[in-house]
Amino acid sequence: MKKRFTISVFTEDVVGILNRVTIIFTRRKINIESIAASESEVDGVHRYTIVITEQEDLVKKVVLQLEKQVEIIKAVYQLDKDIIYQEIALYKVPTNVLASGGEAEKIVRAHFARVLSVEPEFTVLEKTGHKNETQDLFNELEPYGILEFVRSGRVAITKPMRTLKSIITELENN
Amino acid sequence: METLEKNQTDIKQLTGAQAVVQSLIEEGVDLIFGYPGGAIMPVYDALYDVDDQLEHVLTRHEQGAIHAAQGYARSTGKVGVCLATSGPGATNLITGIADAQIDATPLVCITGQVASHLLGTDAFQETDVIGISMPVTKWNYQVTKASEIPKAIAKAFYIAKSGKPGPVLVDITKDAQFEASKYQYQPFTGMRSYLPAPQLMSSKVKEAADLINVAKRPFVLFGQGVILSQAEAEFKAFIEKTGIPAGWTILGLSALESDHPLNVGMLGMHGNYAPNKLTNECDVLIAIGMRFDDRVTGNLDKYAKQAKVIHLEIDPAEIDKNVKTDVAVLGNAKESLEALTKLVHPNQHSDWLQRFRTLEQEEYEAVIQNELEPKEETLTMGEVIHQINKASDGKNVFVTDVGQHQMIACRYARFLQSKSMITSGGLGTMGFCLPAAIGAKMGVPDKQVIGIIGDGGFQMTLQELGTIFQSKVPVKIVVLNNEFLGMVRQWQELFFDKRYASTIMVNPDFQTIVKGYGIQTKLVQERSELQSAVQEMLECEDAYFLEVRVGKENNVFPMVPTGASVSEIRLK
Repeated sequence: MKKRFTISVFTEDVVGILNRVTIIFTRRKINIESIAASESEVDGVHRYTIVITEQEDLVKKVVLQLEKQVEIIKAVYQLDKDIIYQEIALYKVPTNVLASGGEAEKIVRAHFARVLSVEPEFTVLEKTGHKNETQDLFNELEPYGILEFVRSGRVAITKPMRTLKSIITELENN
Repeated sequence: METLEKNQTDIKQLTGAQAVVQSLIEEGVDLIFGYPGGAIMPVYDALYDVDDQLEHVLTRHEQGAIHAAQGYARSTGKVGVCLATSGPGATNLITGIADAQIDATPLVCITGQVASHLLGTDAFQETDVIGISMPVTKWNYQVTKASEIPKAIAKAFYIAKSGKPGPVLVDITKDAQFEASKYQYQPFTGMRSYLPAPQLMSSKVKEAADLINVAKRPFVLFGQGVILSQAEAEFKAFIEKTGIPAGWTILGLSALESDHPLNVGMLGMHGNYAPNKLTNECDVLIAIGMRFDDRVTGNLDKYAKQAKVIHLEIDPAEIDKNVKTDVAVLGNAKESLEALTKLVHPNQHSDWLQRFRTLEQEEYEAVIQNELEPKEETLTMGEVIHQINKASDGKNVFVTDVGQHQMIACRYARFLQSKSMITSGGLGTMGFCLPAAIGAKMGVPDKQVIGIIGDGGFQMTLQELGTIFQSKVPVKIVVLNNEFLGMVRQWQELFFDKRYASTIMVNPDFQTIVKGYGIQTKLVQERSELQSAVQEMLECEDAYFLEVRVGKENNVFPMVPTGASVSEIRLK
């Protein structure tokens, strides 16, 4: 049965490594649902958070093939229950629909969305949460006109307590 | 280009191109294969100064250069090196890189690149070779500064040859080749993100030994891992102590001598009858340094389901990839086998081994006899190989192309020494043989190197006859000519109602072509001419080209049809 998995990939900070990561998915025709890249807490180590929906035994093989890449330090996969994760969404809506007391304002309040910027023509809202939460807000605002919408890839923190630092120290001493 | 020696200590000032050449010499390279062009000219210029230390073989095509480097690497166990220019030079390497990647051949490919300020501008002969080669290299890197070169080359060699070997590519911009920089070479010793071989776990070795010690019908499958980790002696000690019959993949061929009493032959699609049949009857399957390729396993749903599977493997990504393993022993095969042999009990499996021998006899009567000593008038591929075996000492290095002749050569060539079968296994690259045989011969000049090629594959890299001619490579080339793309034709016959779509080859006169390159040739069309022609070829001190006209519509049997189980192997 296919399930949603979050794969965390820790790599050296080198040009082209993202390509090496995505090739592993592309060659098996696996669609990457979201991807986020950033530095990690360890100097010179980057992390990618990748979300896919696949069967677990396939995900296991993919993760081993990721780890096989020379400049990939570590790759792990987890189910949603084993991670704390968030996504951020930005919504650009016409400023006039947010006029005081209107329905749109109530929606923004109910969803605890933040106002990032107010211009005469448009307002930018921010909502952080799981995809269904940012999507709910999108759906409710849609009738009022959404000028632009963007959602980030998932970022995730793993629940197990083993630190990246300790893994790297072990690898460096090998 | 002049070396600007500094007065102080050992630190020299070299151009990037000189640094490339010096780094290769530091790594012990004395032979490289390549083809010059605009973006790699500074390196060629630097090679001109060191031709007494570093020989360069000019091939006729970059694909020839890389296959030659592969042949060299496979025959010697050393890293093969090839050199090409940017753009088409680099893209012409790709087939060979992909071949080396799937067959775990250590290669360092160095390509020239347009000057760094032109990168990404669609400059003349610019191609994104880093991007193109990424899926088929173990590692690749683009150098844009001369100062990076010694470290990049040292790292390239380290990665290419350590752990499970593979091809790496270093792309060097032309300005980096011209730029002068301090040169100091240090061998590369490791990095945190790359563990060449997993640490052997004694608990896993124990689990494996426990299974082997109670097995009634154990069966060993071995692959190239035995050769790559130089574990031939450890492997033999293991099977001899336990008395377990052993079948091989075509990449593992020659790791164990052909006539060893426990050698039960070739696995897979065109392999031997017994090892395929009995894969589905063994109780413990011990896979050593092999990756359960689909050509070996046939239908996975019906593959060794009754057996406990032990997998000795260096690459964690291979565990459970195709066949579910009960005990995975991760590590270098040499160490794993050494540890395992200590824990297994001496044993013999005479009755079980006898079952292999009985099926072997069945195969002999149904297939082998007629292939090696045919009654029909037309010559068979098998009798040519048989004749070579009979006329030589078992120490030949065979190189093959891809197709029917390849399967026949793997099935019938006899081996006494390891690293003696060089064939394109995983990728199945037609055109591999001629250049690979050149590289192999240059790697082991004291050995008799014999390339076996079909008429189709021969014409894919035929231009490398020019390399044999110019570099005076005394390699022996046997073309088994059936005027067909034989393997595809066989499939058309068996599975496509004999609709021979584009498999008929109208060939030129190979004798005339080869003579044009000043190479001795002979054409054999009758059985009566074969023995003396083979003898003449083997005794010839120079290159020799032997063309044998074989039966046009002969088939290779046994055969495991696509989708069938290995135990459903057909003798006809």
